Amino acid sequence: MGFLKVEDLKVHFPIKGGFFGRTLGYVKAVDGVSFNLEKGKTYGLVGESGSGKSTTGRAIIGLNHITDGKIEFEDKEITKIHRAKAEIRKDIQMIFQDPYSSLNPKKRVLDIVAEPLRNFERLSRKEERFKVQELLELVGLSPESILKYPHEFSGGQRQRIGIARAVALKPKLIIADEPVSALDVSVQAQVLNFMKEIQRELDLTYLFISHDLGVIRHMCDHIGIMYKGRFVEEGTANEIFNEPQHIYTKRLIAAIPDIDPNKREELKRFRAEVSTEYEQAYNDYFDEEGLAYGLKPISETHLVALPEKG
Amino acid sequence: MAEKLLEIKNLKTSFRIRDDYYAAVDNVSLTVNKNEVLAIVGESGCGKSALAFSIMGLHSRAKIDGNIYFKNEDIANISTSKLNKLRGKHMGMIFQDPLTALNPLMIIGEQIGETLLLHNKDMTKSARKEKVINLLEKVGIPRPEHVYEQFPHELSGGMRQRVVIATAIANEPDLLIADEPTTALDVTIQSQILDLIKDLKEDMNSGIVLITHDLGVVAEMADRVAVMYAGQVVEIADVHTLFENPLHPYTRSLFNSVPNANEEQDQLHVIQGIVPSLQNLPREGCRFAARIPWIDASAHETNPELHEVQPGHFVRCTCYKHFNFPEESKEEQQHGVS
Repeated sequence: MGFLKVEDLKVHFPIKGGFFGRTLGYVKAVDGVSFNLEKGKTYGLVGESGSGKSTTGRAIIGLNHITDGKIEFEDKEITKIHRAKAEIRKDIQMIFQDPYSSLNPKKRVLDIVAEPLRNFERLSRKEERFKVQELLELVGLSPESILKYPHEFSGGQRQRIGIARAVALKPKLIIADEPVSALDVSVQAQVLNFMKEIQRELDLTYLFISHDLGVIRHMCDHIGIMYKGRFVEEGTANEIFNEPQHIYTKRLIAAIPDIDPNKREELKRFRAEVSTEYEQAYNDYFDEEGLAYGLKPISETHLVALPEKG
Repeated sequence: MAEKLLEIKNLKTSFRIRDDYYAAVDNVSLTVNKNEVLAIVGESGCGKSALAFSIMGLHSRAKIDGNIYFKNEDIANISTSKLNKLRGKHMGMIFQDPLTALNPLMIIGEQIGETLLLHNKDMTKSARKEKVINLLEKVGIPRPEHVYEQFPHELSGGMRQRVVIATAIANEPDLLIADEPTTALDVTIQSQILDLIKDLKEDMNSGIVLITHDLGVVAEMADRVAVMYAGQVVEIADVHTLFENPLHPYTRSLFNSVPNANEEQDQLHVIQGIVPSLQNLPREGCRFAARIPWIDASAHETNPELHEVQPGHFVRCTCYKHFNFPEESKEEQQHGVS
């Protein structure tokens, strides 16, 4: 019994070139990723740019084609989400990274937020307007803003319009792709607090994609670390931050700047240690192609990518 | 005694909007010493980048008042040709976005070589190439001979940022201005780039102005920190003092709104209201007052000034003495009742 189950997901993009644009090879953006989401929890996908974390999120909601693998949502297969029933598509929504480009500048807030409603529900004008105003209130914007255009709002407000649009159909799962990366810290705090609030209120599950480990720690219950299209480690937030096992995770966590200037020297030494360990142990943790091995459980919740021999 | 490298006095950078001038940098005075990193922290729109561009003379249509002394010479209003002799040679700048800072039609080697060519006319071509390859090596680019021939689009973000840094340090400038040098990068590359900037400071004894909004980066890099809000410096202190004992309400709010990787907190502090736009900046009284409405108006000064609370630690306005987060005062009240 799982809420969202991703099994051996692969997304490969063809490299075209040569005569007549023949396929010369594949970029394996996501190469065999499996994980489970629990209802009402937040799952964090972390990795550097190009690690395939966004592609994974987009594949689940059907914005990328899926090369191989299986996705199950509430025990129903949704790998081909375009053919899935409207009911299921309503249940999964997305919040995008950039609040400046994810809202159509020519549309009023009313039309932006009402778009999913128009696609899936038959509402009269009056009902629709009422619903949109309700949603805007939920995200802390004044109901009068329905006639305004996106450019009249600040970044944080825009991101909240994006959230209002995402929650319009009362989804069960929200895929948030770097929802605060484009925002200032104080605005970021606003959006993060708010996402936590509506999670409690609407019993939402988040797949939270980010490269910012501070934000991930703040938001997530479970975390998966991705590297070159594969998972290197998966566990609870505590396990990942306090007992990282994989050398890549260690390196990632060592690289976070510490907010205490007195720890500078300590951190520098620690980083140097981790970096020597990384160089020395690289071959033990990655195969000949520099890819991570399959995940092996080391405790009930904690999985690490280690070679067969152990 | 620390040697003064850059001294900014009452700098005011104003932009014209319709028929009026609005100051984006309003009466800022700062100094940067040799072998020192001064971090300037603030959110977008606080004027930190406008300040950096003013120092480098990169504003084309702004009105600049006040003085910028670089090695005791006022460079605030000198001619472009004089400025060009300084820029690139004695002052270098690392730009935020490495993709827009590089010319897409020029190979990496020539871009870096250009700064060398402009300031050392008698350098031979082969010597220049050798120097560029040295620089590429210095910023940690693997296979520098190969990268020399490449175009910017062939490099990753981290590599491009290294190229921008190599260009900025080509002539070993005394002053390096880094405008959000790592904002566009991943954490592992960020830590490498920051180490690189630190090494350069030690090697060349340069002064560095580091502009950022990331308090973690500040904690790691800075010797002194200036916090800016709405065009003004609201607090200056050395890095240890500022992180241990932040005083200005804005500084404290900023610290409380950052999710910390080491600590668990359920709710982050949110600063009420929004950063006012340039035209709507309150020009009188405490500029932060509107964002802390629960603090009594009498706590603010009519003309807030920087007060030296400790040697080297300056705070603007008197409201810091009366400031409390609303969550804290609620708790206090509850404790008082029970």
